[in-house]
Amino acid sequence: MSSMSWDWSVVSDNWEVLMLGAWFTIKISFIALIFSLPIGIIVGFGRIAKNPVIRFLAGAYVEIMRGVPLLVLLMWIYIGLGDVVNVETTVAAVIGLATFNGAFLAEIFRAGVQAVPKGQMEAARASGMTSAQAMRYIILPQAVRRIMPPSASQFIMLIKDSSLISVIGGVDLMLKGKNLVATTLKPLEIYTAIAVIYFIMTFVLSLVIRYFEKRMMDKEQ
Amino acid sequence: MISIKNVNKSYGDHHVLTDINLEVPKSNVIALIGPSGAGKSTLIRTINALETIDSGEIIVDGISIHDKKTNINKARTNIGFVFQSFNLYPFKTALENVTMAPMKVKGLSKEAAEKRGKELLTQLGLGDKFDAYPGRLSGGQQQRVAIARAVAMDPEVMLFDEPTSALDPEMVKEVLDAIRSLADAGMTMVVVTHEMGFAKEICNDIVFMAEGKIVEVAPPSEFFTAPKTVRAQEFLKAVLNH
Repeated sequence: MSSMSWDWSVVSDNWEVLMLGAWFTIKISFIALIFSLPIGIIVGFGRIAKNPVIRFLAGAYVEIMRGVPLLVLLMWIYIGLGDVVNVETTVAAVIGLATFNGAFLAEIFRAGVQAVPKGQMEAARASGMTSAQAMRYIILPQAVRRIMPPSASQFIMLIKDSSLISVIGGVDLMLKGKNLVATTLKPLEIYTAIAVIYFIMTFVLSLVIRYFEKRMMDKEQ
Repeated sequence: MISIKNVNKSYGDHHVLTDINLEVPKSNVIALIGPSGAGKSTLIRTINALETIDSGEIIVDGISIHDKKTNINKARTNIGFVFQSFNLYPFKTALENVTMAPMKVKGLSKEAAEKRGKELLTQLGLGDKFDAYPGRLSGGQQQRVAIARAVAMDPEVMLFDEPTSALDPEMVKEVLDAIRSLADAGMTMVVVTHEMGFAKEICNDIVFMAEGKIVEVAPPSEFFTAPKTVRAQEFLKAVLNH
């Protein structure tokens, strides 16, 4: 006999606040994605570089980022780096999300390039292409097809992971929600609404990605 | 045209090539035959430096292939290579496969490259397959596209590494015919093959390898009727009597 009854008015009354938070979540995720792409490309190629020092450094980066919880990383950047220079919350959030996501993208890129059969590189080199030409004209176009789907999943993870920036004061959907819970004392309604909003954001993204994937496959043959 | 001198190569303790010496004069066709593991594929792959060598020298058309000062990319444009597994670019059409290197490496215009590409594909019986992706072609058709791709660079030398071994039996002939037409046109070629009839018919010399060494070199008329070495006699007995 629960006396609890759902009161959705707290959600509709505070809709604008939640939307503001959601918009911030989208923005910060996109900005972090943009910064994590070059990290992923550089580290990913570093992982398969001929130079053993570069390979070691890239490998160490990936292992450390994979081994440290994002929450700890964010705290460390915000407080630790904040001790030395004045870091704004947003900047710390972008650095944390981008370096973290970059490591996972690096692994995806590395796997994508390595999944292209060895014979493709050999055929390209045998025809007189330099390794850079072979990479550009033969390997990467094939790797991209393998990289796209897992990168898209990774981006969805990034959007969800970005909820952790609320602990360092990032004014995202999660923080807006937490604040509303504190003032309205309606945690179930608020958190349910937040869950639905996160789901809608990631599901729409999934649909967009699926559409592009399908279009790419149709073009192939 | 191809001169291989004292070439050695090993993987750890395993000697894959031992003191290889071989001369291939211009317009000659050489068949490399022998049991698997003899080093035939390794040897042919050293001729365009897809494999490194530990010592010795390989000279193709006057250029020392394994010399560090050699621009290997430039040297490779003169050496066509055809793989057992075709290795066509799956995301490019047959014609694009053929025009890729002439455009990107030699800097040919798209028009010139396509004109030549269409000519070659047509000669090889693929006149209706310009726009087909490799995935839609049979093995024999794919290998003929691969031959056109290599010939499109106008090389002086063509290397074939078991070009028919991955094919269904009924497609072997069309590929061998394509290779034969190149031989007839005077192309210098080295062919690793298990097709003894083909080797007998088009090759100037048979090079028999076993355990990383060249055991016997002889014209096909001699090699197939009166092989001098015991190793070659055993091999021929095994492959011809079945």
